[in-house]
Amino acid sequence: MAQAEAVWPDEQMEQVVGNLLRIGVILAATVVFCGGILYLVRHGAAAADHQTFHGEPEDLCRPGGIIGNALAFRGRGLIQLGLLLLIATPVARVAFTAFAFARQKDWTYLVITLMVLSVLLFSLFYGQPEGGLERPARPPFSDGTSNRRG
Amino acid sequence: MSVATFTLLLGTGAVVAGFLGSLTGLGGGVVIVPLLALVFGVDIRYAVGASLVSVIATSSGAAAAYVREGYSNIRIGMFLEIATTLGALAGAFAAALISPSAIAVVFGLVLLVSAYLSSRPRGEQADDESPDPLARRLRLDGTFPTPEGKTAYHVRRVPLGFGLMFLAGILSGLLGIGSGAFKVLAMDQAMRIPFKVSTTTSNFMIGVTAAASAGIYLSRGYIDPGLAMPVMLGVLLGSSLGTRVLVRVPTRHLRFVFSLVILALAAEMIYKGITGGL
Repeated sequence: MAQAEAVWPDEQMEQVVGNLLRIGVILAATVVFCGGILYLVRHGAAAADHQTFHGEPEDLCRPGGIIGNALAFRGRGLIQLGLLLLIATPVARVAFTAFAFARQKDWTYLVITLMVLSVLLFSLFYGQPEGGLERPARPPFSDGTSNRRG
Repeated sequence: MSVATFTLLLGTGAVVAGFLGSLTGLGGGVVIVPLLALVFGVDIRYAVGASLVSVIATSSGAAAAYVREGYSNIRIGMFLEIATTLGALAGAFAAALISPSAIAVVFGLVLLVSAYLSSRPRGEQADDESPDPLARRLRLDGTFPTPEGKTAYHVRRVPLGFGLMFLAGILSGLLGIGSGAFKVLAMDQAMRIPFKVSTTTSNFMIGVTAAASAGIYLSRGYIDPGLAMPVMLGVLLGSSLGTRVLVRVPTRHLRFVFSLVILALAAEMIYKGITGGL
């Protein structure tokens, strides 16, 4: 066991993980910030309404739709991309830990870590937007602009 | 008010929440949800979504600082994360089924309980008896650095700890909090893990737990980018300022004030929840 651990000792593993997390947060925050600027530039003057809950439009809820939105330089899409990156950061950490356990040939913990990883991936890819597709389109901003223009 | 003004106000509130949360070690998450729901009148589902995002951000950002000293135990953390992530899923699913008012009341109650629990003095560490067989099988025991060199510790009552972590996960997924204090309590008191190991390991776990429920919230449409953006950025800024100032400020007074604020928020959440103001 000591032999396998010397390949990648626990402490070193944790160092890398710590740095990974920090980089992930910085990257995510940068994307969110840029998206925020875009968003405020386009919608800054509209009236804010967060009191009623209507659920976000579908294309802002799934990873595929979010990337599409972000690539079109829509502010809200870019923000959601940043948030997605943020959520992915701990997921990446768990994936890396699984890799490290595999290198240590620690099969018990590899299995344990893969279990955690599968729960995380399930949560990211499973859910359905509230209300489904029957929800009518509506402009959420008082100045007449809608989600679609970001 | 305009979106720009709202965003600015929200961001400022988030900075303050993050700052106080990191100074007192009580976390910004417990303040964000009441702040959004009570002060800004945001629907509680959006508030919880935004708070989860900020919890991931602060805990992941801060984790690097805790790793260096060699206190945290990756194996304990990963094993218990099975429980917390499953709990977080359960909590996130439950959030869709429970009315917002009920969530508010639960939030207030949890706030009260955790404020009470964290004010109690910590129990003495019992001396090691024979090791727990499950802990030995999973190699959960470890060592941590003390002035006398590396000291060994044994982990006890693993099933109880696992169950408590599941509960902590549910709370995190339902209420948008990190449940850090709850996790530390479970590890320190139930599983007899040394306090410093508990706190550092808990910090690692918080982000993963929040990510499990945040994924569900995102795909359900509970995360509004317009809200999450200022909250995430504000809390990050506030908590990094807080850690910088940490050394020079006498935290005991701050903690006391913060506890009063939490009590007030808890009371208000319960009241509003019961009277249907939310």
